[in-house]
Amino acid sequence: MAQSQDNTHEPAAGRAPLIVGGYDFRSLTEAVAVPVERKTPIGWWCFFLPSVALLGLFGVSIGWLFWEGTGIWGLNNPVSWGFAIVNFVFWVGIGHAGTLISAILFLFRQKWRTSINRAAEAMTIFAVMCAMVFPGIHVGRVWVAYWMFPLPNQMDMWPNFRSPLIWDVFAVSIYGTVSLMFWYVGLIPDLATIRDRAKTRIRKLAYGAFALGWRGSHRNWLHYERAYLMLAGLATPLVLSVHSVVSMDFATAQLPGWHTTIFPPYFVAGAIFSGFAMVMTLMLICRVLFRMENIITMRHLENMAKIMLLTGCMVGYAYAIEMFIAWYSGNPYEQFAFANRALGPYAWAYWIMVSCNVITPQLFWFKKMRNHIGWLFISSILINIGMWFERFVIVASSLHRDFLPASWDYYQATFWDFASLIGSFGLFFTMFCLFARFLPMVATAEVKTVLPEADPHQGEELVRVVPAGSDPDALAQAAPAGGGGA
Amino acid sequence: MGLMHLDVPEASGGYSHYGVLARFRTAKALYRACEAVRDAGYSKWDALTPFPVHGLEKAMGLKPSRLPFLVLATGLTGAGLGFGLQSWVHIMAYPLVISGKPLFTWPAFVPVTFELGVLGAALGAVLGMFALNKLPTYHHPLFRSENFARVTDDGLFIAIESWDPKYDDQATADFLSGLGAVEVERVPIEDPRDDEGAA
Repeated sequence: MAQSQDNTHEPAAGRAPLIVGGYDFRSLTEAVAVPVERKTPIGWWCFFLPSVALLGLFGVSIGWLFWEGTGIWGLNNPVSWGFAIVNFVFWVGIGHAGTLISAILFLFRQKWRTSINRAAEAMTIFAVMCAMVFPGIHVGRVWVAYWMFPLPNQMDMWPNFRSPLIWDVFAVSIYGTVSLMFWYVGLIPDLATIRDRAKTRIRKLAYGAFALGWRGSHRNWLHYERAYLMLAGLATPLVLSVHSVVSMDFATAQLPGWHTTIFPPYFVAGAIFSGFAMVMTLMLICRVLFRMENIITMRHLENMAKIMLLTGCMVGYAYAIEMFIAWYSGNPYEQFAFANRALGPYAWAYWIMVSCNVITPQLFWFKKMRNHIGWLFISSILINIGMWFERFVIVASSLHRDFLPASWDYYQATFWDFASLIGSFGLFFTMFCLFARFLPMVATAEVKTVLPEADPHQGEELVRVVPAGSDPDALAQAAPAGGGGA
Repeated sequence: MGLMHLDVPEASGGYSHYGVLARFRTAKALYRACEAVRDAGYSKWDALTPFPVHGLEKAMGLKPSRLPFLVLATGLTGAGLGFGLQSWVHIMAYPLVISGKPLFTWPAFVPVTFELGVLGAALGAVLGMFALNKLPTYHHPLFRSENFARVTDDGLFIAIESWDPKYDDQATADFLSGLGAVEVERVPIEDPRDDEGAA
């Protein structure tokens, strides 16, 4: 039985199994498929309707922006990048945990990822969608946003490929595309499950169309698994490159506070940190709402807490080393920028960032806190707030003190700044609600492979090699006229 | 509806049915049965499972996937096109001297080259997998079996096709039962409702 056996192939005895509750193949299919098939629960509407309302706010704030221009935001002369870039970097970062779970943990054979990778990948796609809105709308003249792409035009004009901003266009849009393909490939077998269970013609056609006629052939699984492995191998360097490129938007500028070589790894660590916090928030809600406590177990939550502790420490180290290098550089502008960051007009934002990102995860050193649902939820929210403030601090506090004191100013966000930030959460949660309602939340085919009975050598000693066709009772009367000669 | 996608060899009298479908209870039983079917010399057959049974390709005697070569090719194509596009833009289409730097600033082209290489490889992996697996294939004789709906739930199946040279209507079914199949059935090749189109 699943709950009594350690099915992780890990030598450490006494580790919790990946799935508890004694699932077999059929009950697992049932557990994942029923939330897609049953009548829409009231709880879902309670999340969906407010999300749609926020999405409406997003639409209104974008519409007003297009009508009126970027003047509706709190931008001013030194602070010419505001919430739009902060939100962009925040959302791209959120996406990174999904790829980390789906690709990097896959390459490291971390089988515990199978319970959460589907939802985490979905989160990636929706976060990248939110992120992509902001560079599109912040350009001011949105009707020329197509200049970002290398499209032949009547002006014979081409983008400057030496600029990190154009690298960003490629990195983020390709990241979105590859994440979508990775997610869809993973979904195909599970869409086939929903297709085969469908009772109505519309469901059969809708799920059937996207299932592509998948029939579980092992000749297909062979190519499928190879494709999945290679997508994981491709997504891994891709995800590291994406936030590195995002960080170069800042790092290649000469502005003190931005012009640092630590930015790429620091941004990647922060991205994974915030993304895991978001996965944690979503999983804590979903596992209760969809009764999946046995599939998304305490072991999953604890592992995520450990990764949050690790990446939180990396982020804390980056904050410290930035300060150290500013002092050690002997450059007065650098020194001023960082002293001003911690003690200047934006000190409040800096200390929110430090307390949320560095202090909050330290409680995860204690096993008790890693297993405390309430604290996991609160800390995941705090970390997301902190990581949003990290980007705010980088953008606003570096910009607001120009080289020329006469240009100094203070960036004060307006109602419309906040409307687009909150509205982007509406887009994200609307998409996530739709996903949770209509698609299998857990990669069923993949979770089945970690059940003990999925192992074709179950119960055999690992060292014993079974010669082909040696099973005596299987071959006893098995040799018919046409098929005997082995 | 033709059977072209099934790689069916020509036969003078056509085929009366698609083949035999057998269900096994456990992955272990399926694995042993696959070894036996392989050793019995069948070639037109398949194992059908709700999840990838690891190592089953060995039991089935399948060769490794050729997909990696395709992915390498499409990845290099993507990267090459990306590098070519940037060089062409900056040297020929829109030459701009910035800070006295040369036009062919290849280190600055690395990020976009890399991203487009990844895009090419990922498209190659997904579309190549679809092509090798002949997806989408919305119609397949196996879907005519009611039992077969379990293949995406808990059903572990072996299907031996009737155009396999070793195939014998009764003997093959008996062979699969002898291997421990819990259900063995013959699957029709065409829906009785479609009159035209049989091989």
